[in-house]
Amino acid sequence: MSEVIVITSGKGGVGKTTTTANVGTGLAQLNKKVVLIDTDIGLRNLDVVMGLENRIVYNLVDVVEGNCRIKQALIKDKKYPDLALLPSAQTRDKTSVTPEQMKKLTDELREEFDYILLDCPAGIEQGFQNAIAGADRALVVTTPEVSAIRDADRIIGLLEAHEIKQTQLIVNRLRMDMVKRGDMMTVDDVCEILAIKLIGVVPDDEQIVISTNQGEPLVGTDAMAGKAYANICKRLLGEEVPFLDLDKKENVFTKLASLFK
Amino acid sequence: MALADFFKKKNSGDVAKDRLKFVLVSDRANCSPEVMEKIKNDIINVISKYMEIDAEGLDIQITQTESENNNGTVPALYANIPIKELHHSSGR
Repeated sequence: MSEVIVITSGKGGVGKTTTTANVGTGLAQLNKKVVLIDTDIGLRNLDVVMGLENRIVYNLVDVVEGNCRIKQALIKDKKYPDLALLPSAQTRDKTSVTPEQMKKLTDELREEFDYILLDCPAGIEQGFQNAIAGADRALVVTTPEVSAIRDADRIIGLLEAHEIKQTQLIVNRLRMDMVKRGDMMTVDDVCEILAIKLIGVVPDDEQIVISTNQGEPLVGTDAMAGKAYANICKRLLGEEVPFLDLDKKENVFTKLASLFK
Repeated sequence: MALADFFKKKNSGDVAKDRLKFVLVSDRANCSPEVMEKIKNDIINVISKYMEIDAEGLDIQITQTESENNNGTVPALYANIPIKELHHSSGR
């Protein structure tokens, strides 16, 4: 049985696209058939984060308008044959697609894929309405900052109003050093305020910037953020995985070892 | 830890949490400061029919309160309305 999951946040720049790329790739590593849909029409980015920007022929709007078949627009991932991307259109605007069309599209993709992940645009306007139209489930991404949490709260309210059955929280870019000295809200603080179930905590990790530079998701590597994303994927499949101890200091040996990799 | 830190005010993380809690209560209740001002004025008009109140000292806000059915906290409209004088002549 396939599942349609929307990755959303309200605020921009908190890591929706990075999360979509890593969770999607992580699910493919767990041998699931996955399709990622970039619903941010006009500001597409998932293609570059996935490193597939040079392979785009058709896009989401082409599919919806019937200029091509779905299969023609899907781009196969470089490493995982069961992972595909449906890129967004760069030169159109949000009104090119309606929520009904999105729902029809996701329903068609259900026949082919186990997981359909929707990378939602920032904001709560039509792009958001399009992205959540066909979703069974939502992952709300936030950082431990007042602006991101306030927007996440608004999004959670809107998801409830749209009767999305399951909404879970990802706290992204946590900095343990700042939490320890009391200058960043803790994960518990964020969960208490937003009052939804936590599915993952991703530490602020410079490896994310590096992997995005290269167009290769970090999930599955030894980097802390990579492990955090791998755990989120297992939890999505229903596995109970303890949360990472983000406080652990890298010792000299692991640093040395990573040098020789 | 330096001695100066000891006397410093709250951690910025706690400040953030407190500010967020406050702003979310009014966000969730869909009550912007403008709406609150309207409610306040309406309350003044209604109560003033029956008693003389101190409009300057009137304070209303949305807060969290323990629910009576024990299902956690619920939002509540809190109003503090200082009375100056009851209207004896108003017939009630």
